Amino acid sequence: MEAINKITWKEKVKGYKKDPFSAFLLFLLVLAAVVTVGVLIALVVYIIIKGVPNLTPELFAWEYNTDNVSMMPAIINTLTITLLSLIFAVPIGIFSAIYLAEYAKRGNRFIPVVRLTTETLAGIPSIVFGLFGYLLFNIHFGWSYSILGGALTLSIMILPLIMRTTEEALLSVSDAYREGSFGLGAGKLRTVFRIVLPSAVPGILSGIILAIGRIVGETAALLYPAGTAPVVPESVMESGRTLAVHMYALLNEGLYTEQAYATAVILLVFVIGINALSAFIAKRVGVKE
Amino acid sequence: MKEKAMQWVFLAAASISIFAVALICFFLFANGIPAIQEIGVLNFITGTKWKPSNNIFGIFPMIVGSIYVTAGAIIIGVPMGILCSAFLAHFCPKKLYKIIKPAIELLAGIPSIVYGFFGLVVVVPLMQNLFGGSGKGVLTASILLGIMILPTVIGVSEAAIRAVPNTYYEGALALGITHERSVFFTVLPAAKQGIFAGVILGIGRAIGETMAVIMVAGNQAMIPTGLFSGVRTLTANIVMEMGYATDLHREALLGTAVVLFVFILIINVSFSLLKRRDS
Repeated sequence: MEAINKITWKEKVKGYKKDPFSAFLLFLLVLAAVVTVGVLIALVVYIIIKGVPNLTPELFAWEYNTDNVSMMPAIINTLTITLLSLIFAVPIGIFSAIYLAEYAKRGNRFIPVVRLTTETLAGIPSIVFGLFGYLLFNIHFGWSYSILGGALTLSIMILPLIMRTTEEALLSVSDAYREGSFGLGAGKLRTVFRIVLPSAVPGILSGIILAIGRIVGETAALLYPAGTAPVVPESVMESGRTLAVHMYALLNEGLYTEQAYATAVILLVFVIGINALSAFIAKRVGVKE
Repeated sequence: MKEKAMQWVFLAAASISIFAVALICFFLFANGIPAIQEIGVLNFITGTKWKPSNNIFGIFPMIVGSIYVTAGAIIIGVPMGILCSAFLAHFCPKKLYKIIKPAIELLAGIPSIVYGFFGLVVVVPLMQNLFGGSGKGVLTASILLGIMILPTVIGVSEAAIRAVPNTYYEGALALGITHERSVFFTVLPAAKQGIFAGVILGIGRAIGETMAVIMVAGNQAMIPTGLFSGVRTLTANIVMEMGYATDLHREALLGTAVVLFVFILIINVSFSLLKRRDS
């Protein structure tokens, strides 16, 4: 059936001629979208064009020295810190979300406080996290610059993200699942772990992946607790720089622009991959944002 | 028995975020406030000279600097963000949306150090060519920050615009107004509270941004005299000097963080209040 209210292009143009102001508004809207996407494309394309020719094999040597300026130790440190941060933040985040979504009763006075503090935590700038980590781990506990201190600092930073995405994922699980489980005689705990949590896994996973993205891109929060040693440390109690910190250090020294381009390419590849993976997982189950 | 125990475990986990915020407040204030007291609150906050070598610590230039670049970021980023979110919510064809939305999410995921680098190698030379001078300063930092807050503003505003009941839009159409006018003059005003919450969140992002700003702002510890003069923000002040500062100088930097933190707390609380009233 043909839609009778369908407007042809000609009629549209005629309408805009009658009302140029609407045309102007449309122009503004399209312009804003084009500029936003254009900036992203410009940034990614520029860095890739300038950076890819600088990706030399020496940059991936196992040992860092001032001649090769290898980023390999930084890549390994990034993986270590990501893993360590997740080990701390993921269980705490998921358990908190379980409490908020499954256990807390309506009108619970504790809930607004948790919400307020997680929102606050989410809004704290990374440099403040960095100083806090430094004051707590390096000054108060007397640790030297350490990967563990950096990872603990980051795990606090990503906690709100994991809590929020997990809670949303849990809440999007249909109540029929819970009722079915209770109806079969399962207890609350068993219902949560056997029924609700598994159904929420994709949503939780996409949140964790976003958190990985934040960890990989973080600089300011790591600078003071973890330091900037360009090596793979022998233990987690020693200093090591991640890829983003590596890039900051290169720019700070001011001698290694080409290497900085190359590092930026690797960082971008990481971030684009992480974003794509998160979107893919979220789409597979239709978890709402 | 196990049920009860696990419930306590969940409760304990949920308390950790409260504990973390308390701990952050405690450590920052306990370490920063003594320096502020030693320097004198007024001298510290309203002092216009920052000369650590002479033991003069006035962070007024940095407060002004932070406010300038944040205001600049808002002027550049907010109109664009609102227009873009209106486009996404009411004008974008579905197929195009599937491309633009992930692109904006990617914009949010790009590390700030990469933004800073992009600003340093692209925006700064561009400003040099256009306006002369060093190319680093208030305007350059504002442009870069304006881009960086776009995803935040777009995300929150789009949700707010989509939350407006369709009847508003349809009612306006029925009165004979065009699609564009309807979105601009009925839907956007109805979503203004949510959009405003997005702007506040954007302000928080801009004022706390460190690594990108430090690359393009010039970082002179003076009150900027114009759009093109160098500027140092509160965050930049900390990162620039924390590496080598000792004694009172170091504590003054922690004091700077306290001031920044208070700014952020005010912004956060106003965001929470606005969101609560909205829902």
